[in-house]
Amino acid sequence: MAELVEYTIKPSGWQLFNWKELWHYRELFYFFTWRDIKVKYKQTSLGFLWAILQPLMMMVVFTLFFGKALSIPSQNIPYSVYVFSGLLIWNIFSSGLTSASNSMVNSAAIIKKIYFPRLILPFSSVLVALFDFLMAFILFVPLLLYYHQSVSWNAVWSWPLAIVISIIATLGLGSWLSALNIKFRDFRYVIPFLVQVLFFLTPVIYPVSLLKYPILQYIIVTSPMYAAIELFRFPLTNASPNMIFLAISLTSDVVLLLIGILYFRNTEDFFADFA
Amino acid sequence: MEPILEVKGIAKRFRIGHRTGGYLNLRESILSAFRFEKQQTEDFWALKDISFEVQAGESIGIIGSNGAGKSTLLKILSKITPPTKGKIISRGRIASLLEVGTGFHPELTGRENIFFNGSLLGMKRKEIETKFDEMVDFSGVEKFLDTPLKHYSSGMQLRLAFAVAAHLDIEILVIDEVLAVGDQEFQKKCLGKMEQVTSSGRTLLFVSHNLGLVKSICQKGITLSKGEVIFSGSSNQAVEFYSNLLTKQETEGPSVSYSYDKSIGIKGVTVNNLNETLHNSPINVGDKWSIKFTLEATSEFKHFIAAVGLISIDDVPIRTMFSTPQNLKAGTYSLEFVHDDVFLAFGMYKISIGLSSREQSLLYIPDCLAFEIVETSDKSVFLRSDPRSGFILNQANVITKIN
Repeated sequence: MAELVEYTIKPSGWQLFNWKELWHYRELFYFFTWRDIKVKYKQTSLGFLWAILQPLMMMVVFTLFFGKALSIPSQNIPYSVYVFSGLLIWNIFSSGLTSASNSMVNSAAIIKKIYFPRLILPFSSVLVALFDFLMAFILFVPLLLYYHQSVSWNAVWSWPLAIVISIIATLGLGSWLSALNIKFRDFRYVIPFLVQVLFFLTPVIYPVSLLKYPILQYIIVTSPMYAAIELFRFPLTNASPNMIFLAISLTSDVVLLLIGILYFRNTEDFFADFA
Repeated sequence: MEPILEVKGIAKRFRIGHRTGGYLNLRESILSAFRFEKQQTEDFWALKDISFEVQAGESIGIIGSNGAGKSTLLKILSKITPPTKGKIISRGRIASLLEVGTGFHPELTGRENIFFNGSLLGMKRKEIETKFDEMVDFSGVEKFLDTPLKHYSSGMQLRLAFAVAAHLDIEILVIDEVLAVGDQEFQKKCLGKMEQVTSSGRTLLFVSHNLGLVKSICQKGITLSKGEVIFSGSSNQAVEFYSNLLTKQETEGPSVSYSYDKSIGIKGVTVNNLNETLHNSPINVGDKWSIKFTLEATSEFKHFIAAVGLISIDDVPIRTMFSTPQNLKAGTYSLEFVHDDVFLAFGMYKISIGLSSREQSLLYIPDCLAFEIVETSDKSVFLRSDPRSGFILNQANVITKIN
């Protein structure tokens, strides 16, 4: 027989994370992620290939326009590798953020009928984006071989770190937007626009050094994804990252995570009334 | 022994904002912030101070008319929405079935949906694996396990959904009228499963309009009215209390009515026995009877129709009668719906009234009043008047010939 648990249902209170409860529901994390991955690729004939094709085609386009035509510098590595590595890690953020923001609204029918920690929804959306990342990573290896690009041993720690940072960045903003989206449906239209703007305001397809004025550089590195991209490229370029820039970006990650989770937790009890 | 569930002074307030959409609009919120306007809201207490205790292994039926607060109570018990005041102490896990097949996805196969739905209901993966064959057996869809759900008939989806829910092994089970669906045979199967739940020592909270079902499944009953517990005791007594309450509404007025146009209203709804001259005399099986009410209109209504619905106490619609469309001038009218052609079995019945003009609803009262048709000892009128043989007693012309 299952363990007896005693608990109380009270008017809502405040708590950043309810770790015990999230742990209790760990299997549901898995099932939500598993369902979303299955459903996402079930109707497509190319299936998982889409996860690879998307960044590949983007890379080709950016290489032609920015690399060849505009000859944007790429820190002494082939521009294609530069762009692909940036897009690879950026896509965790962009697709994770988009689906996390819509996760609550899309699951409104479930929210109204059954209880589970609501944070599972945006979180599992981010995990789906991570799965796409791993698929696209498979293509990254032959690309590195083709361009004879060497990878330093720093990748052992900097790549996992970059992934963790991008998950934090996505989860913070994603949970905030998902809560706002269920309250104000206007955000549905804000999100694609926001992702697009952030893409150009983050050094994904160009190096920070391209900006002439230091003040602009300081503004640009507040982007939550700057640190993740910089750390992901570090084993390729071997250019030691600017520690102040990294610190600024990481601070914005932590601030966004706190705001996002606090706002989410503070409103989640009433999602069922709004949905 | 400590009760497995203690509900202490639960209250729930809803703010009814005077806006059109169901959800907030960013522009409106921003604008109202600039206008320094207080948002016009009205407080509505769906539940006021609900308290009761449930012992382990008990089965409790929660009954009440529409708008009594049953659904809100269920939502609070299932943690979907928090209470505004009070608290609930639970000494066991609560699983709620407010709907069958929550989270079913049409693109996933039957097998995949069993796992996802089971997990959503709080089952562990291992638990689902060990009970998988049992569930599939119960549902009877083993042939289509690897077919996407979108190719299932709605009946098959329902059977699969209930099969998962029925195998929940959780201390406290909260069930909303999920049984009111499916074919007769499957309903019987589900009923058996519910009785098994209570006999195996688990606790059951069952919300239903089906009073017969509440009596047969539950030992105890709670009657809710306007957000308050007005009776708590054995299920038989609770059902009786509820029936009496419905009859009393004749004098106190209905609990819920939806008015869409203030310039028309009804009052003085009565049920009259046409065989007796005395007012308020009981209606016997076979008596002619009528529903009478007064209509007050302060403006003109084109293509006006009044409708009276006859509903069984278990909320099964029996008959709806419409007046012939007419153009109604302002004034006071008296309407009478006479029943002299259809005869009903003894039991409790409810009446609903709706008014419309040009197909637009003006007023709707779902549970307007309840009345009783009394069994008569005079068997010459109708040979059988038992409700078990149906609501309608009128006989067919039976022609028997020797071949």
